[in-house]
Amino acid sequence: MAMHTIKLTVNGEPHEATVESRLLLVHLLRENLRLTGTHIGCDTTHCGACTILFDGQPVKSCTVLAVQADGRQLITVEGLEKDNKLSAIQDGFYQEHGLQCGYCTPGMMITGTALLERNNSPSELEIREAISGNLCRCTGYVNIVKAIQHAARATKQETP
Amino acid sequence: MKIDTTPEVSGMGHSMKRKEDPRFIRGKGNYVDDIQLPGMLYMDIVRSPFAHAKIKSINTEKALKIPGVLAVITGETLAKYNLHWMPTLMSDTQMVLPVEKVVYQSQEVAAVIATSRYIAADGVDAVEVDYEPLPVVVDPFKALEPGATVIRTDKKDKKDNHIFHWEVGDRAATEKAFAEAEVVVKQDCYIPRIHVASIETCGCIADFDRVNGKLTVYMTTQAPHAIRTVFALVAGHVGLSEERIRIISPDIGGGFGGKVPVYPGYVIATAASVVIGKPIKWIEDRMENLQADSFARDYWMKAELAAKKDGTITALRIKTLADHGCADAAANPSKFPAGLFSICTGSYDIKHAFAEVDGAYTNKPPGGVAYRCSFRVTEAVHMIERVTDILAQQLKMDPAELRLKNFIPKEKFPYQSALGWEYDSGDYARALKLAMERIGYPALRKEQAEKRARGELMGIGISSFTEIVGAGPSKHFDILGIKMFDSAEIRIHPTGKAIARFGTKSQGQGHETTYAQIIAEELGIPASAVQIEEGDTDTAPYGLGTYASRSTPTAGAAGAMAARKIREKAKKIAAHLLEVSPEDLVWETGKFSVRGAPQRSKTIQEIAFAAYTNHPQGMEAGLEAVCYYDPPNLTFPFGSYICVVDIDRGTGQVKIRRFMAVDDCGNIINPMIVDGQIHGGLSMGMAPALMEEISYDENGNVQGGSFMDYLVPTAMETPSWETDKTVTPSPHHPFGAKGVGESATVGAPPAIVNAVVDALSHLGVTHVEIPMTPERVWRILKEKGVAE
Repeated sequence: MAMHTIKLTVNGEPHEATVESRLLLVHLLRENLRLTGTHIGCDTTHCGACTILFDGQPVKSCTVLAVQADGRQLITVEGLEKDNKLSAIQDGFYQEHGLQCGYCTPGMMITGTALLERNNSPSELEIREAISGNLCRCTGYVNIVKAIQHAARATKQETP
Repeated sequence: MKIDTTPEVSGMGHSMKRKEDPRFIRGKGNYVDDIQLPGMLYMDIVRSPFAHAKIKSINTEKALKIPGVLAVITGETLAKYNLHWMPTLMSDTQMVLPVEKVVYQSQEVAAVIATSRYIAADGVDAVEVDYEPLPVVVDPFKALEPGATVIRTDKKDKKDNHIFHWEVGDRAATEKAFAEAEVVVKQDCYIPRIHVASIETCGCIADFDRVNGKLTVYMTTQAPHAIRTVFALVAGHVGLSEERIRIISPDIGGGFGGKVPVYPGYVIATAASVVIGKPIKWIEDRMENLQADSFARDYWMKAELAAKKDGTITALRIKTLADHGCADAAANPSKFPAGLFSICTGSYDIKHAFAEVDGAYTNKPPGGVAYRCSFRVTEAVHMIERVTDILAQQLKMDPAELRLKNFIPKEKFPYQSALGWEYDSGDYARALKLAMERIGYPALRKEQAEKRARGELMGIGISSFTEIVGAGPSKHFDILGIKMFDSAEIRIHPTGKAIARFGTKSQGQGHETTYAQIIAEELGIPASAVQIEEGDTDTAPYGLGTYASRSTPTAGAAGAMAARKIREKAKKIAAHLLEVSPEDLVWETGKFSVRGAPQRSKTIQEIAFAAYTNHPQGMEAGLEAVCYYDPPNLTFPFGSYICVVDIDRGTGQVKIRRFMAVDDCGNIINPMIVDGQIHGGLSMGMAPALMEEISYDENGNVQGGSFMDYLVPTAMETPSWETDKTVTPSPHHPFGAKGVGESATVGAPPAIVNAVVDALSHLGVTHVEIPMTPERVWRILKEKGVAE
């Protein structure tokens, strides 16, 4: 199996790895870099538990090869907190009870983060559309929507 | 509900933020697949493409030549240790790996152990299995016909596919009531196979330490203690003794009943670790999870309701055929092969009832686990709520009025049901009236009439359900002989903080928060200073686990009772410190004070310190207690749901416009968490009503074996649920609570079906089967000449 050496930045830290062509990005993150906050919930790109930011775009890392991340900037759930301060999305999920088992949560928060970066006052429908690629079995989505709305309000207060 | 503690203490009734969330929102949860042990190997499973086939040969040669593949385990390997079969929780048997034949598609056939998950998958591809297909039995009715292919040929005396017959109620009295009835309505109803599809699949890491002979298994299990005992019973003959088995259930990414059974993968990984002497990780992928893990429902019901012309229901009769797949793998209490199906008289005062259930084997994966509901309660509630509506339709009565007429009146509680239950408490009319008021029922009826006149399809559906949750009591309930109590152990530290361990296991329900609140309520120690642990069988007291909404009714009660034992001892210490007699002390949250001299008091923190530094002569030091709580009865949460749907005439798509859920789960520990549970339960009630089904073609090929075909609701299909509550405490529970996690999954489906039927009732429609997909509804509209 051909091996490739790749360089990538994850949560601001540079990494170098030598990987098989077939290694999925999610496995590189979880097993090689031990960033286990990014989860795996399906094999068909439906559940979104593995969502990360890939050069700023929300991407399902279970259907990206690690080699495709060569030279890219990635943000995972572990990179949301800055200087020991929760991001607005993380705080929104905490305040609004936007999670139960916590398994879909990292992917949901990454998708929510990407949404708020392009639209800081999304409507309920826009939030629902944005997270429609992330499945949650516990919350019925009601409080996830509220969590993202909470974060939107907080973000607007910070950057008027 | 009165709140007795400050927000700092956060006892009962506070919407305290969850203690487990700081780790989850940072991606620092610890799920099974996050654990990596030194030297760990990976397992992947070869699965059968056939639903019923003889295994002629398994050739492992090519697989074993792949660098990194260390072993291929087959049924023959396990047969050497007599581990190729295992018991199900219903005392049936199930193959771990087959020796002679496979009995469902995707059944485990062999397992490959390798140095990485990729190489294990390569190994799976290289294993060559030669099958000889056998006739496949998919339809449970055909399975019971004379001459049907017998599936369980492993059972020596088994000459058919019949598993059990179970019946309850007075057949003769019920028949008489039907003979005398002024009105009888009948309905057949099928509740399809569905799968819980928790976002985390199942998996384990089995780690056998050869030096100490100790087996540690990290496992996605809702019932770690029961699993430990099952392992000891199954593998005792190969030297695995219970004190050397440790099951650790770490963070669980959703359970809903699907993580109660023992799956073959757990057993194979364990056997492999014992043989190889290294930790072995097995994690299912989603397709394996949907295609091979235990399923829920698959009930074919025929119900009849007898009534007077004024709408008074007089009798109920239900006959059911249960498709259990290749093994009776229900996680029911052992005396209840059809679970608690006998709650089918629902919220109504029905004098005569008779129910019978037969179980059948088919060539499908083991069936009969729950899908977020107490044992078979969803099926029962669906049926009674459907026929009640059909009766209203036939009598041209408003469905709300018919329900109000037949509800068990609140004065009749505790109520003895015709099928043998003692309902603890209820006020059904209050819940329904509140739901009607909150949603604006009369205005909706008016709107519906106007829309109908314009040809628009709008429906309003009601469901007034009663659940039965929180098993024990142990005199009636056991799983494989283990009584269904549950447990708590609390230790108060010298500085007045605490650790408490429970026999249950949270899978997202928030036990770390709610159990701490129970202890805070009872002892006045802030919930933030009470650490909760579950899921490690080496440390937690023995319990039966978390499913069937039993944690608060059983382990939560145990927590309160253990705290009360601690309070009793604390009282004696306080009396010693204050130099008064214990009878002269009064308790208010967090302290004992002298009656009539409230300035003379000792806080629980002062008492805790004294328990280790200045305890009375003759008293043992320390401040801790254990309680194994055996509930005197189950709890009976209830509620009334009203659903408003609009149906697209062109496509048949059902859109839930509004859904008002009024729940009553007695006294509430954390309203925020209860609300969240109801939101989730409603979504998992909507899912089978509108979207989810796992069906099979005539060859036993699974349809719906991945998220491509098995449609789990997204945020787009899910409405913004509206909730409210009434509070009718349970009279027998230590703090008046009832289980709640599954109420909404049970109550929601018939509300949605009743709304859809209501939207179509003027066309002569009286019933629609679930899932009510656009296609199914469109076909009805087409038949009625509405759709193009």
